[in-house]
Amino acid sequence: MFQIIPDRNQLVVAKLTDHFGEAIERHEVITDMLCITVNKEVINEALLFLRDDKEMQFNFLTTLCGMHYPEKEQLGLVFHLHSFVNNQRIRIKTSTDMSNPVFPTSTTIWPSANWMERETYDFYGILFEGHPNLVRILNVDDMTDFPLRKDFPLEDQTREDKDDSMFGR
Amino acid sequence: MALDLDTDYWDKDVVKSEEPKEYNTLNVGPTHPATHGVFQNVMLMDGEFIVSTEQTIGYIHRAFEKIAERRPFYQITPLTDRLNYCSSPINNMGWHMTVEKLLGIETPKRVDYLRIVIMELARIADHIICNSVIGVDSGALTGFTYIFQDREFIYEIYEEICGARLTTNMGRIGGFERNFSTKAWEKIRYFLKTFPRHLQEFENLLARNRIFMDRTINVGPFPADRALAYGFTGPNLRACGVDYDVRVMNPYCSYDEFEFIVPIGQNGDTYDRFIVRQEEMKQSMHIIEQAIAKLDKMEDKDTYYASDPRFVLPPKEKVYNNMEALIWHFKIVMGETDIPVGEVYHCVEAANGELGFYLVSDGGRTPSRLHFRRPCFIYYQAYPEMVMGNMLSDAILTMSSMNVIAGELDA
Repeated sequence: MFQIIPDRNQLVVAKLTDHFGEAIERHEVITDMLCITVNKEVINEALLFLRDDKEMQFNFLTTLCGMHYPEKEQLGLVFHLHSFVNNQRIRIKTSTDMSNPVFPTSTTIWPSANWMERETYDFYGILFEGHPNLVRILNVDDMTDFPLRKDFPLEDQTREDKDDSMFGR
Repeated sequence: MALDLDTDYWDKDVVKSEEPKEYNTLNVGPTHPATHGVFQNVMLMDGEFIVSTEQTIGYIHRAFEKIAERRPFYQITPLTDRLNYCSSPINNMGWHMTVEKLLGIETPKRVDYLRIVIMELARIADHIICNSVIGVDSGALTGFTYIFQDREFIYEIYEEICGARLTTNMGRIGGFERNFSTKAWEKIRYFLKTFPRHLQEFENLLARNRIFMDRTINVGPFPADRALAYGFTGPNLRACGVDYDVRVMNPYCSYDEFEFIVPIGQNGDTYDRFIVRQEEMKQSMHIIEQAIAKLDKMEDKDTYYASDPRFVLPPKEKVYNNMEALIWHFKIVMGETDIPVGEVYHCVEAANGELGFYLVSDGGRTPSRLHFRRPCFIYYQAYPEMVMGNMLSDAILTMSSMNVIAGELDA
């Protein structure tokens, strides 16, 4: 049932902090979307709660992508959720140390996360526990690097013929 | 439609083998005329029926998300061209709107209406390709050859506006690079006059054709709740019965001032997807007519970019004659402008669904992270579930009716 609730963002934040307390680390509205940073321990329960709660009903996973924060030596995930019932979009972020980049899979919550998680593994090396088929999807299967990490160079460093000092890549 | 053979009657003399079934492996792709683009399906077949498929994509992966981290915002537009290359203006406009959202630029109404004209033309072009190729994949090549002349004409319109036909790199952050010429308007009006009749001719060949209906009704049906779980958007989701359209849910670019119907289907089978795309083309024509009426009523016929000199490249005449424009041009191109720190997600209704751009900026000249939410990539995951247990020819038609474009699949 669609109810007129003046500030749905506040409702989401209130419900999440009531349920999970300290695990909701930050929340702010950036440009027009509520961004909530969630501790890695409760990310799966938080997503399930967001999907199943009768007042929030975030039934659609818009996209899921990885992030690399080199200054904090962390790898992160960003979920964009969309509630078709209430026409509300939010962004959920988590992060983990690079030494152990493991997150629980979201394919049990939304099957569309299957390939999105494979792409994130392919690009960042983030492992998803419980994923049915976590292999590389876009790059060659025998690649050993994770290309979208910031320390992976954009261009082939072994070339002698190009001078990139003026327009650094 | 699957044949309902009375196996008790026809197979009564056949000795049923006690051995386990032997399956064949059939490799469809990556170079195959039926797959529109390079992607591979290894199908395990029980005779003519598909037991399972295994998909391989990534043959045209060009690392756009990595490249975008090293390109200033205006240099990322050519990358977005090559996502869904059948309707590249929509990708370009979506990207420009994302950057405008980050920078806080508000485009004038005339720019919005011009963008809507171009985006709807691109949607028509993409649906022309998809629908005529559904016909080709089922053996009906005539409609394809006639309706493709209209796609050629749309490309001539693009050429008048930006110079290119397929990968248009159209527009700038804040508007367009030049006003639409009189020749462009003549071509757009000519297209509006002639296309409805051609579209009806094409539809008369296929939509109520007994053979086409037998080949496409109940082929690859998909229930709405599974479609939502698999992240379907766009015509594929609307064919399943869910009326989700980004232009209506989260209006952008003044779409809320326009009246149009969002067509939906019932079963989500190939026939529904075909008819939904046909209706969407007609609705796009209606939107273009409304946009042209609004543009004709406006007194201002000269604005084609937002007046925000900090981020919007000035026109070349001003750059060569005016000192301030020269300085702003230099600052924007060399990256000396103050890009705000922040992140933004903007989505547009592309021809295949919700095309989203997640842009994270750290204040530098290039994005810190750019992620494309590509509709093809997300809904193509459902293909094995759609074709399991069906025959190979049905699977080919299901794939072409889903409008999987390899450029958008791999980025």
